[in-house]
Amino acid sequence: MDPASAKRWSWLNDERARGLIYQILLLGCIAALACGAIYNVVVNMRARGIPMGFGFWNDVAGFDINLHLIQYSNLSTYGRAFWVGVLNTLLVSVISIPLATLLGFVIGVSRLSPNWLLSRFALVYTSIMRNTPLLLLLLFWYNVVLKSLPGPRQSISIGGAIFLNDRGLYLPMPVAREPASWFVGSVLAAIALAFGFRAWARRRQDRTGAQAPTAAVAAALIIGLPALVIAAAGTPFTFDIARLSGFNFKGGLQIIPEMAALVFGLVTFTAAFIAEIVRAGVLAVPVGQSEAAGALGLHRGLSMKLVVIPQAMRLITPPLTSQFLNVVKNSSLAVFVGYPDLVQIFAGTVLNQTQAAVQVMAITMAVYLVISLSVALALNAFNARYALKGR
Amino acid sequence: MNLDSVAYVREAPEAEDAPPMLSSGVLAWARVNLFSSIGSSLVTIGCIALIAYWLPQLIGWATTRAIWSATDGALCRQHQDGACWAFIAAKWDYLRFGSYPVAERWRVDLVEAVGALLIGWLLWTNAPRRVWAAFLFFIAYPILAFVLLRGSSVLGLPIVDTLLWGGIFVSLLTAVVGIVFSLPLGVLLALGRRSTLPVVRMASVLFIEFVRGVPFITILFMANNLAPLFLPEAWAPDRLVRPLAGIVIFSAAYMAEEVRGGLQSLGRGQYEGAMALGLNYPLMTALVILPQALTLVIPGIVNNFIGLFMDTTLVSVVGITDFLQAMNNGIKDPVWAGPTIMVTGYVFAGIFYFCFCFGMARYSAHVERILAKGRK
Repeated sequence: MDPASAKRWSWLNDERARGLIYQILLLGCIAALACGAIYNVVVNMRARGIPMGFGFWNDVAGFDINLHLIQYSNLSTYGRAFWVGVLNTLLVSVISIPLATLLGFVIGVSRLSPNWLLSRFALVYTSIMRNTPLLLLLLFWYNVVLKSLPGPRQSISIGGAIFLNDRGLYLPMPVAREPASWFVGSVLAAIALAFGFRAWARRRQDRTGAQAPTAAVAAALIIGLPALVIAAAGTPFTFDIARLSGFNFKGGLQIIPEMAALVFGLVTFTAAFIAEIVRAGVLAVPVGQSEAAGALGLHRGLSMKLVVIPQAMRLITPPLTSQFLNVVKNSSLAVFVGYPDLVQIFAGTVLNQTQAAVQVMAITMAVYLVISLSVALALNAFNARYALKGR
Repeated sequence: MNLDSVAYVREAPEAEDAPPMLSSGVLAWARVNLFSSIGSSLVTIGCIALIAYWLPQLIGWATTRAIWSATDGALCRQHQDGACWAFIAAKWDYLRFGSYPVAERWRVDLVEAVGALLIGWLLWTNAPRRVWAAFLFFIAYPILAFVLLRGSSVLGLPIVDTLLWGGIFVSLLTAVVGIVFSLPLGVLLALGRRSTLPVVRMASVLFIEFVRGVPFITILFMANNLAPLFLPEAWAPDRLVRPLAGIVIFSAAYMAEEVRGGLQSLGRGQYEGAMALGLNYPLMTALVILPQALTLVIPGIVNNFIGLFMDTTLVSVVGITDFLQAMNNGIKDPVWAGPTIMVTGYVFAGIFYFCFCFGMARYSAHVERILAKGRK
C-alpha cells in the first residue's frame, strides 16, 4: 500500500471520527423520520378535517361522568373533563397502593412463616395472581362478583348504615358540624405531642438507657385528646346515611361498582408482586444478622423490626416503587370496566368526540410520564439517602 | 480433704432428663412446621378448616356437579351449582380460531405446530444446534407464518382477511410476534444505552424511558389511532398490524432493560479480553458479549414473555379478537345464556392463562438454577 493512500484513509480508522459519523447518521435518520411523520400528520389531518390546535380544550364536552371529585356537568369543558380524569386516576391509585402494600406485606411475611400450611397458602395465592392476566381478574370481579349482587331493593345491609347492591357500596358520609375544627385541631395537636414525646424519649434513652413506653403514650394521646374534645363539645360529625327512595339509594357516600372492581383487581393483583418483593428482600438479609440480633437478646419480633426489616427495606424500596407506578399505569385498565379514569374519559370519549388524536394522546402520555418521572426522582433521592455508603 | 470446706457436694444422683423429643417422622415434622406455638396451631387449624370447607365444594363444582355435554344452554340453566363445561366444548373451535374459515384452519394448526417445535428446540437447554433454532425461529418462521396465515395467491392459498382472525391463535400470534421482533430491537436498544456515543445513548434512553413511563393501553391507542396519521395514506397499516407494532415497541423497551442487566453483569475482563484479541465492536459484541449476556438473561426474557402474554389480553381494546375477547363474545351467545356461563368461561380462561404462564415461570426458574450452578 502506498503511503499516500494510507494517509488519505487514516481518519476512517479514528474511533472518534467514526463515532461522529454514526451519530450524525442516526440524528439524520431520526430527523428525517420526524419530518416525514410531521408532514404526514399535517397532510392527513387536513384531509380528514381534524382540528390542529388545542382549541377544543375550552369547548363544551356534552357528556356526563358518573364520578367526579371536582364540579363537573355535561356543560363543562373538555379541559374540565381532563382534570376529572386525572383526579379519578390518582384517586383509584391512592386507594389501591396502600391496600396493595398492606396485603402484599401480609402475604410476603406469611410466605416466610415457619407455619408450613400458611406459607403454602401464600405461595398458591402469589402463583395464581402472578400468572393470571389483570384484565381477567378485573372482568371477574366486575362481571361475576359485583354484577351478581342483588338490586337496590334487596340490598345487603350492614347495621342499617352500609348498603351493598349492584349499583355499588353505600357508606355513611360524614358531614362536619361546628366542633369539627376543634376536633381536627385536637387530632393534629395529639400527633404533634406524640412526636415530641418520641423525640424526648429517644434523647433520654441515648443519655440514660432508660426506655419509655412510646407507643402506648402516643396511642393514649391520639385517642384520648380527640375523645376529650368530643366529650366536652359533642360529636364533630353527623353521618348522612343512604336511604332507598324510589328505585335507587340517595345520599351517603356511594362507591360505584366500577371503582370497587378496579380497586379489588389492582389490589389483589399487585399484592402478589409486592409479596414476592418483600420475601426476596427479607431473604436477602444474611442469616448472620438475625442470629447476631438473637445473640444480643432480641426476640424474633424485635430483631425483625430493628435489624432485618431496615436492611431489607433498602432492597425492597426500588422494586416496590416500580410496583406503585405499575398500579398507576394499570389503573388505565379502567377502560374495560367503565371506570371514568384519564384514559377512559380523555383518550376514549374526548378523542372520539374531537378526533384530535395527536393532541389528546400527547397530553395523556405526558400525564403518565410526569407521574413516572416525579416518582423516579423521589426514589433517587431516597436511594441517595439510604444507600449503603461505599468506602 | 475436709468436706466442710467445699461449698456444695451432690449426695444423690440428679434425676434423668426426659428422652429427647421425636426429631423425625410425620409427627415431629407437624410439631415443628404446623404446631410450633399456640398462634401457629390456630393458623393451622384455620387453614385446614378453610380447605375442608372450600375444596370439596370447588371440586364438586368443577367435576361431579358440572355439565359436561349439552347441545345448548338449557341443561346448564337447570343445574346452576356446577360448571357448564359443555359451553366450552361447544365454543372450543371459535375460542381457538375465531372466525377463521373452517376449511383453512389446518394452516393455523401447522403454524402452531411448527412454532411449538421451534420454541421447544430453543428452550431445551442442551439441545444440539440451538443457533439454527434461533435462526429458523427469528427469521424463517415469521415468513412462513405470514404466508400460511394470510394466504398467498401464488401458492394457491386463499387470502384470509385479518378481520376473521381470532381466539387463542391470535393471542399466541401477538405474543410470538412481540418476542420475535422485540428481542432484537431490545438488544439494539440495550447496546445503544451502554454506548459511548452520546447521541446514540440519549436516543435509546429517551425511547426506553418514554415507553416504560406510559401504560400499555396508551401505546396501543397510539399505534391504533396515530399510526395511520403518521404514515402516508397509501401505506395505512392493517388493523392487526397496528396493535402488533404497539406490542413490539412496548415489549422492546422492557426487553432492553432486561438485556442491559445481562450486559452490566459481565465483567470488564470480557470486553478487555475481546479487545486484546483485536476484535472490533461488532465482532466483540456478536462473538463475546451477547452470547454470554443473553444466556444470563434467559430467565428474565422468559419472565418478560409471561408479562407480554398476559398483556396481549389488552388488544381487545382496539378491536382485536384475542382469546379473552373470544370468550367474552362466546359468553354473550343467547343460545348458551345462563347464570353459570360467565363463571365457567372466566374460570376456563384463567386456567388457560395460568397453565401457560406458570409453565413458563417454572422453566425460567429451572434455567436460573442451571445458570447459578455454572457460576458457582
